[in-house]
Amino acid sequence: MKGQGMRPADEAEVSDMLRGASGPFALRGGGTRGALLAGEVLDCAGLTGVRLYEPAALTLVVAAGTPLAEVEALLAGERQRLAFEVPDLRAVLGRAGVSTIGGVYAANASGPRRVQAGACRDAALGVRFVDGMGAVVKNGGRVMKNVTGYDLVKLMAGSQGSLGVITEVSFKVQALPEAEATLVAGLAPEAGLAALRRALGSPYDISGAAHAEGRAAIRIEGMAGSVAYRVAQLRALLGGDWQAVEGAASQALWQGIRDLQPLVGKGAALWRIACVPSEALCVPNALAAAGVAHEAVFDWGGGLVWLSCTEGEGGRIRAALAGRGEATRLMGAEDAPPFSPPAPGLAALQTGLKARFDPKGLFNPGGLV
Amino acid sequence: MDMPVPAARILSRKAQIVARLRAVLPADAVIEDEEETRAYECDALSAYRCLPLAVVLPRTTAEVAAALRVCHDEGVPVVPRGSGTSLAGGAMPTEDSVVLGVMRMNAVLETDYDNRFIHVQSGRTNLSVTGAVEADGFFYAPDPSSQLACAIAGNIAMNSGGAHCLKYGVTTNNLLGVTLVTMQGEVITLGGPWADQPGLDLLGVVCGSEGQLGVVSEAFLRILPKPEGARPVLMGFGSNEVAGECVADIIRAGILPVAIEFMDRPCIRACEAFAKAGYPDCEALLIVEVEGSEAEIAEQLAAITAIARRHDPVALEEAVDEAHAKRIWLGRKSAFGAMGQINDYMCLDGTIPVSTLPMVLRRIGELSREFGLDVGNVFHAGDGNMHPLILYNANTPGDLERCEAMGAEILKLCVEVGGCLTGEHGVGIEKRDLMAVQYAPADLEAQMRVKDVFDPAWLLNPAKVFPLAASAGRRAG
Repeated sequence: MKGQGMRPADEAEVSDMLRGASGPFALRGGGTRGALLAGEVLDCAGLTGVRLYEPAALTLVVAAGTPLAEVEALLAGERQRLAFEVPDLRAVLGRAGVSTIGGVYAANASGPRRVQAGACRDAALGVRFVDGMGAVVKNGGRVMKNVTGYDLVKLMAGSQGSLGVITEVSFKVQALPEAEATLVAGLAPEAGLAALRRALGSPYDISGAAHAEGRAAIRIEGMAGSVAYRVAQLRALLGGDWQAVEGAASQALWQGIRDLQPLVGKGAALWRIACVPSEALCVPNALAAAGVAHEAVFDWGGGLVWLSCTEGEGGRIRAALAGRGEATRLMGAEDAPPFSPPAPGLAALQTGLKARFDPKGLFNPGGLV
Repeated sequence: MDMPVPAARILSRKAQIVARLRAVLPADAVIEDEEETRAYECDALSAYRCLPLAVVLPRTTAEVAAALRVCHDEGVPVVPRGSGTSLAGGAMPTEDSVVLGVMRMNAVLETDYDNRFIHVQSGRTNLSVTGAVEADGFFYAPDPSSQLACAIAGNIAMNSGGAHCLKYGVTTNNLLGVTLVTMQGEVITLGGPWADQPGLDLLGVVCGSEGQLGVVSEAFLRILPKPEGARPVLMGFGSNEVAGECVADIIRAGILPVAIEFMDRPCIRACEAFAKAGYPDCEALLIVEVEGSEAEIAEQLAAITAIARRHDPVALEEAVDEAHAKRIWLGRKSAFGAMGQINDYMCLDGTIPVSTLPMVLRRIGELSREFGLDVGNVFHAGDGNMHPLILYNANTPGDLERCEAMGAEILKLCVEVGGCLTGEHGVGIEKRDLMAVQYAPADLEAQMRVKDVFDPAWLLNPAKVFPLAASAGRRAG
């Protein structure tokens, strides 16, 4: 890392800086979740401000460096929220810092409610960014339905700063539900995960389905009468002993799952595995068979497995998945690459896009693309 | 509407190109006879037609790849086609192009209820995807009004929406993965039955790329458990403004109906004359549909009707049974047919911020008087996606041009108030020349760079989406 880094105050400054720059830069929001890469830090936290918030249209336009907490407080004041329930990974990753909304979008950071309301990329309506030549690009907008031209809003979501400096994002927001309840049962992973899939296959509109620390949890949100009705129906459907947890206690339970509290201070390596839900146990079972100590949090009904274990297990994890999912390492040092290597045709498309949006290779070398 | 001059080098090689396609495809998969290619000369934007060089109708991903390799090698443009229901000319051929129709590729490859996905060939129709899973209590959510005929391939190309996307999202929110065949004939898998592929979200950019980045031959789609029931309520109001306020209040109250449909007076009258659905005679009409068990429906409708009553509705009618629900939807569902009875029409598709609705409808009324053409408005009010229907007479010289000029003014208005040119139909040829209204040169350049990567020779559906002047250098290369 050289110098003190740069901290532009607005989009025009970002553009000016990049026009003549030779980089490389490590783009940074709050440094709370992304890979900490080499290069001069380009700190985006100075790009702040809410551009537009229309509660009756469920739309929010906000500068990328605006703290997530500020956005969440603004929305809460109108009894609204970001539907995709952003995880706070600071404790589990051992980070400090202030999470920014642009960082959330660049990571496509999405929590338990994805099973019902979609990911961050699904709520994103528009984006402004500055490419590697310093050109300001906008795509999408502030309306919920927009198929005008290519959807670069999706391309930039989860791009981890590889294609440009994100300066502004628009989101569709969601009204807070009148009530919420969570059904909890002490179950071994296999039985617990089967129950989650059963619930997700029911018409009861599940907004969270997770298993951690020997308990399965199923969340229902909506109007009070409807929540009570669905709690009763799910109990009848699933059988066994399901305790209902409501209101603040339910919220606290999901915050714990969202932020991976069961994995804080555990293994030196943290893996994120996206897989077919019914295959959620293939990696934990393989580690158990090899006698490797590990702990898992299963979210999205088993479609997302967070795994904490010792370093050096990447090879075993990817072998166990065998084409049934993808494993990404968020923490821990080892030879296995953090991302599953893409197939050759796919890799060519990714590097082709990188070369056209960032021809000088300014952004996050050694990162996603 | 301009299209590039067809390449003489291609037209003169027609026989050789067809022979090469026949060499790699089954005999019945290549059509060149004018009698047969006539069926592919246009899509649902039928004002524009052009016979293609040839049509290929593959049955497998391997056949798609084989056909594309020949066309790539010959430098022939390819126009991918689903069922040809595009309202934007997305599947309209040029004289020097090969149409690649996927309609014979309609198989269900896998259904997995435990993991809630279906894997289909892309030519399968939207409604028949639901048809394949509904006996087991599931459905595929996006429901464009052409769902009986339209193909999943076209839905993905245009990122199609529908009346129920307020709750369930549009195609991109329900698409898990695709098999994409590039113009070079390479077969690539994007996404799959699980949620995230590491790396850039190429699936997200392919969805809605109007057949310009590759041909989607197979798709993994999310299927959802069917709700226990659904019921609409019909509300009539004395003005567009009041109806607009009612929509805002429903959303503001945190209620999420599956659909909020809006019709204005000209449209209500046409529907009433055509379908006799028993709609009230009023300025603006809303149909709001909610889902769930009987008790849940009652709970939501009670909250919604309480809000509606604060806006002095001139009519308020909750469906009491299935037949009643059907009748409430009848008029809305026949809106396009009803307008078509009166005259030829052009259907627009802009989206506006919901808060600007009354102002935009007032301006559309003014434009209607200015141009001397009648307009009816149907509208997915929850998400601001409008469908103004401009009536014109195709047999009156100059009427189509006047109608298009008025349509362009309406779409510019949509952009001006913070919206966009198209909410669910796509750009195609119809809105191609208006793209500069919404996007600056750098914005279009960024999008065209994506096509440069997927289709360096610009052979896939090349004369669409981007203004011809903007894409000229690329298409020539």
